Amino acid sequence: MESFDGKILFLDRSDINTDEIIPAKYLTEISKQALGPHLLEDLALEGFDPARDVKGKGVILTRANFGCGSSREHAAWALEVNNIDVVIAQSFSRIFRQNMYNCGMLAAELPAKTIDELFKTFAGRDVQVETDLERSVFVFTAKDIRKEVPFSLGGFDRALIEAGGWLNYADERY
Amino acid sequence: MGKTIAQKIFDAHSVDQPFGDVHVIRLDGVFCHEITTPTAICDLMEKNKDRVFDPSKIKAVIDHVTPAKDSKTAAQGKILRQWARRHGIDGFFDIGRNGVCHALFPEQGFVRPGHTIIMGDSHTCTYGAFGAFAAGVGTTDLEVGILKGVCALNYPATIKVVLNGRLAPGVYAKDVILAVIAELGVNGATNRVIEFTGPCVDAMSMEARMTLCNMAIEAGGTCGICYPDKATVAYLWEFIKNEYASRQAALKEFKKLVSDPDADYDRVMEMDVSNLSPRVTYGYKPDCVKPVAEMEGTPIDQVYIGSCTNGRLEDLRVAAKVLKGKKVHPSVRGIVSPATPTVFQAALEEGLIATFMAAGFCVTNPTCGACLGMSNGVLAPGEVCLSTTNRNFNGRMGKGGMVHLASPATAAAGAIAGCITNSKLYKKRAE
Repeated sequence: MESFDGKILFLDRSDINTDEIIPAKYLTEISKQALGPHLLEDLALEGFDPARDVKGKGVILTRANFGCGSSREHAAWALEVNNIDVVIAQSFSRIFRQNMYNCGMLAAELPAKTIDELFKTFAGRDVQVETDLERSVFVFTAKDIRKEVPFSLGGFDRALIEAGGWLNYADERY
Repeated sequence: MGKTIAQKIFDAHSVDQPFGDVHVIRLDGVFCHEITTPTAICDLMEKNKDRVFDPSKIKAVIDHVTPAKDSKTAAQGKILRQWARRHGIDGFFDIGRNGVCHALFPEQGFVRPGHTIIMGDSHTCTYGAFGAFAAGVGTTDLEVGILKGVCALNYPATIKVVLNGRLAPGVYAKDVILAVIAELGVNGATNRVIEFTGPCVDAMSMEARMTLCNMAIEAGGTCGICYPDKATVAYLWEFIKNEYASRQAALKEFKKLVSDPDADYDRVMEMDVSNLSPRVTYGYKPDCVKPVAEMEGTPIDQVYIGSCTNGRLEDLRVAAKVLKGKKVHPSVRGIVSPATPTVFQAALEEGLIATFMAAGFCVTNPTCGACLGMSNGVLAPGEVCLSTTNRNFNGRMGKGGMVHLASPATAAAGAIAGCITNSKLYKKRAE
């Protein structure tokens, strides 16, 4: 199973599309590793510098409709090879969300109000997230704050994480 | 409670319901292209599972970068080509026969009412024009589709879009879908099917319906879908004539798919298209849409006519009619990519290609290249393209470039004027 703990990368914008997560010109790569250096290269977000901000992060916190646009699973892979296996958002595009679980990764939805509070409390700080899958709780920890945030995980999503993705799951059953 | 067309198709294909609303459905078609499939093929080979569930239900095409532009794209083509040969996939389309997937596969008769189809491409939703349930998926879903012929999807909830009235001359399906996306927003239809009905849809050709359904994903939709009718039967007749006693018999069968009057919808949106004017996008999201008249005079560097949205014969006819006897503005590069060899051939025979060339357009082979900034029309930073494609994302057609989405008529008018213009005006930008 993937590790669902790590430092947060804050992406304070809605509608971040998969062209921004990994531009189409890199879709000619067949190896997932080759995508790594280009993650979020074209993201239009003030103050964001992929070369500086991505390194050492394990969790993305963002707003609504993350991963919209193209179906490219390269977006999930580009995160995975950077050891970012969790995205927490207000909502996701259908295909991106499914791609995450199909790869055994976690795409968790939280209410807009909770996302807002998390940004207000933690943005700009050095924040560690621990994921307690069994209890479906994220634990956010910064220097002087600790906050537990419950999330819901559907039965199918959980089964895909436990199976290590859709291919393993489907191969056993169909 | 009655069912929607998508629910009827789903029910007829469900093989398992592992959790709640999640159904595993049997697939009638698994379509592949050279960008998202090779990783699946390599993974299957690595896992000693290099098999296909049914070679007759798998179709494949090299379309995104063709001819190959470098060693990497050549290698992607090679992996797909060898795989298709290895597994006896007859429906494989290589250079000379290849075209933009969502124009090519329907044209070959591979998409039928009631079918379930997946492809590793978000614009797979196009096939709903035929009354099929077709969803874009990622590579892992595609891989399982290739291997097992199934896909897991949520039971479809639907937004019904009723298009009333008649389109004014110079207004097209592209203008309608841009207006619909503006209303729904870029995630207004996420996890929903968009069902298009009403007199405006009834009057549309299959090509126009494909334009409509093609952009359902730009509102987040799983699939766009239209009811099959006489136009559907007429388009498909040459492919299905041995399967049905008559056109009427085919129509009767297909009509069973039409949504029940008491079907349940998440939302019903009515729109009268009679007063709709041509539309164009601004900004970096497909729901940023304005009347063309409000963007009048915006300078452009390139006009692109093509893609799975608007690269079909009807689209080229519309553009050529605007361009006939006119010249592309000196500061504009005009590029037209007929979406398939059949479209190209027909455009040649009808004299459309001659019109494009006389106007100063570059005519390319069928390919997706420019639409996603991969080849055949990539923008330089700061450049602006008026395009008949489907996405205006930041950097979509080239880093630092700006894309304005519009109909073929608006694109052609812009090519002549050198700026975005309402097609009636053709006001020239100063040279």
